[in-house]
Amino acid sequence: MPAAGEGAARDALLAAACLAVDPCGVGGAWVRTDFGEACRQWLEALRALLPGEHPLRRMPAHIDDERLLGGIDLAATLAAGAPVRARGLLAEAGGGVIALSSAERLPARLAVPLAAALDRREVALVALDGSLGEDEPCARVLADRLGLAIDLRECDERQLQLMSDEFDAGDVQRARRRLGEVATDDESLRTLCATAAACGIGSLHVPLLALRVARAHAALAGRGALTAADLQAAARLVLAPRATCIPAAPAQDSAEPPPPAPNEPESDAAPQPEPSGQVGELADQVVAAARAAIPARLLASLAASAGQPRAGTSGKSGATVLRGRRGRPCGVRAGAPRSGTRLNVVATLRAAAPWQRVRQRAASPPARHAPQARRVLVRTGDFRVTCFRQRSETITLFLLDASGSSAMHRLAEVKGAVELLLAECYVRRDQVAVLAFRGRKAELVLAPTRSLVRAKRSLAGLPGGGGTPLATALDAARELAAQSRRRGLDPSLVVLTDGQANVARDGSGGRQRAAEEALQAARALRAGGFRTLLIDTAPRPQPQARALAECLCARYLPLPYADARALAGAVQSAG
Amino acid sequence: MGNPFPFSAIVGQDELKLALVAAAIDPTIGGVLIFGDRGTGKSTAVRALSALLPPMSVIKGCRYHCDPADPDAWCSECRARPSRPRPAVAKVPVPVVDMPLGATEDRVVGALNLEQALGAGVRAFEPGLLAQANRGFLYIDEVNLLEDHLVDLLIDVAASGENLVEREGLSVRHPARFVLVGSGNPEEGELRPQLLDRFGMSVEVATPLDLDLRVEIVRRRDQFEREPEKFMQGWNAAQAKLQRDIVAARRRLAQVRVSDAALRWAAQLCLRVGTDGLRGELTLIRAARALAALHHRGSVGTAELVQIAPAALRHRLRRDPLDDTGSGARIARALAELGPVVG
Repeated sequence: MPAAGEGAARDALLAAACLAVDPCGVGGAWVRTDFGEACRQWLEALRALLPGEHPLRRMPAHIDDERLLGGIDLAATLAAGAPVRARGLLAEAGGGVIALSSAERLPARLAVPLAAALDRREVALVALDGSLGEDEPCARVLADRLGLAIDLRECDERQLQLMSDEFDAGDVQRARRRLGEVATDDESLRTLCATAAACGIGSLHVPLLALRVARAHAALAGRGALTAADLQAAARLVLAPRATCIPAAPAQDSAEPPPPAPNEPESDAAPQPEPSGQVGELADQVVAAARAAIPARLLASLAASAGQPRAGTSGKSGATVLRGRRGRPCGVRAGAPRSGTRLNVVATLRAAAPWQRVRQRAASPPARHAPQARRVLVRTGDFRVTCFRQRSETITLFLLDASGSSAMHRLAEVKGAVELLLAECYVRRDQVAVLAFRGRKAELVLAPTRSLVRAKRSLAGLPGGGGTPLATALDAARELAAQSRRRGLDPSLVVLTDGQANVARDGSGGRQRAAEEALQAARALRAGGFRTLLIDTAPRPQPQARALAECLCARYLPLPYADARALAGAVQSAG
Repeated sequence: MGNPFPFSAIVGQDELKLALVAAAIDPTIGGVLIFGDRGTGKSTAVRALSALLPPMSVIKGCRYHCDPADPDAWCSECRARPSRPRPAVAKVPVPVVDMPLGATEDRVVGALNLEQALGAGVRAFEPGLLAQANRGFLYIDEVNLLEDHLVDLLIDVAASGENLVEREGLSVRHPARFVLVGSGNPEEGELRPQLLDRFGMSVEVATPLDLDLRVEIVRRRDQFEREPEKFMQGWNAAQAKLQRDIVAARRRLAQVRVSDAALRWAAQLCLRVGTDGLRGELTLIRAARALAALHHRGSVGTAELVQIAPAALRHRLRRDPLDDTGSGARIARALAELGPVVG
């Protein structure tokens, strides 16, 4: 029985070899890592396998657009007096492999052109993704195009070192020559497609990438045709890490598909797996290989997400990666570069350009006779800096009382109101997040998003009933608001409650203590200085809610049987 | 990479293909917005468009691909040329210009030509992507992630057919008539409603769930990548036929009649589903006319209207957060209630 880390290490090295055989074909590798010794070892192994003419290039996630995609070469331009374009890293690495550190931090505006380059099969990308737990992983637009997916956090670096001589550059060279001759038969193709479907993988990029990995694997082994071993390797390295559902075991009754998670969007609905019914024995083997390689975490995360709408597997990255932490460029203006602003070289040169003749003449008359030596004369007034978006993005956090007292009266009404507010936020391009509290805890039912679709879906499935843990809820809201502010957003809060706290922070009942704690939490929240609106959802305005609003320094809005639209108007004026 | 994947070899996605063909027949329909999951062939279909259209005639050397046959739409440079002898004509492929997400305003609208400015002290205009896309297609992948000010700018230019540049001491206007094609995944953020409405048609593409279909898609893609020439040859005949159909439909377009009854029907449908403004009816009629021309019909009938109504109207329905019914279902319901065109 091999040690747990041994299989993972073997697969990681196998992935490196497949990548080296057909870099642009398999697209690259999505590598989950903590940037430790294992990561260094693996990159070393990959570097050793790649042929000399295409070395591994490293690239930081904070690379700027011009360096990645090409742009003006500042030094050469100033020296030559005519713009000199520099090639970007993408062009320089053509046909080779780029290793991107901290891939999860790459902004979407760079991820998309990079994905296009992968589509054109110009480069291969190794995305080293250091995201943990709640962090957003590497942009989906990239991850979908990187064939291999491995997790180095599970590899033991000693194992990696021990096994690193399993393949050498010579094996890779021979495999590269054979690659074109590896035939693809229909059954293999079918098997990979069926396995992908059984794993709940919707994208069609993925089975195609799996096919290429299988071919690279066959070429490595010196085969001219795909065998079960190649397909299993592809299932382990490509399909299993991306699985969104566990394929039904062939031995079990396959007529009973796993129950779809409630509120799962229709478009994402996984095709119901019927591996044993539709495809042959080969597919069973491959599905079994994929099953075996599916990490245990998936089960846990599936179980954890069963009761709530999916908060972030798909699409979360795009929307939030977009808002750069330091604001977004939105044009240029005149001004000297100081700390916090960046000189826009091209715009500065453009500003200086029309005056060159005059300045040359004024500066040094002999220069006219030696045009070769001409320099660009830039004056302070020509400086242009890139502006970043001044107004920070706003986020509206809804704190929604879904407790029994509220639910009895008007949870449906409040949901309707929140949906209307969401529509307003959507028009204003705000982000929204919804925290609901009931029973003993507050729960983030909707992580910050700009997608109305997801917001509506998360509300529709929101249950009501239970106690009112107001203090816990206010604490959670403060935490979320502070977190948003750290991400450069400008949060405002909308609290919808009747103010009838009856569950204390520790989960115990008792109105007296719960109310005291709630007021205490409210004061802490006020210290944060967030704009707050409190909407009293009780049938008749309650003194508790008013007291809470005062404590929060919030606008108080009693809403006895008002319609949802009046409520929406109130938030508008508060924001 | 050489040729794009052939349009006719795209498996399924009928509505998407139909909308793109309609937009190719009549550019005034106003572009196509494609929303859907990743890996469903959105980009493939759009990039395949250029190979689908016959090369167009342009005035040789014109940076904006001016049409020699249409002097009214010429750029100022072409107008300034002596009209006799007639301008030299060249054939170029219809441009399908990819607009990268990170594109700057300079790159899109055009800017001062640095080389000439620095070298010769001349203030010259260097055309941007809008100029390149004139008389062709401008494609924005992930349009929902594009900066708002750039989307505004694009939609304005697409509506007016002209790019006005007033910056860096330049004052330039040039024709920029193009079909705007945008694609994206709605889960990652949505387009503002005011921009949605400016797109002529919208289609939603989903990942095919049928195993055979999926196998076929992957098989064709794989064949195409391994042996592009052989694969292209196999599809030459189908491509050529589709190209002929589009060219013929363009010619016939002006002759297709739209009866009063069809106009009334379109207006009734729009009232019933509740679209804002009149752009819905206009687009619906134009798109149905393009389809009628494609299908060799002399006038717009129920079949064309019903076929294209979801694409023309889907994105124009007022969003009611309290109603969960999808736009497509609402249109289908209204279509079922309305029945055929009478008269």
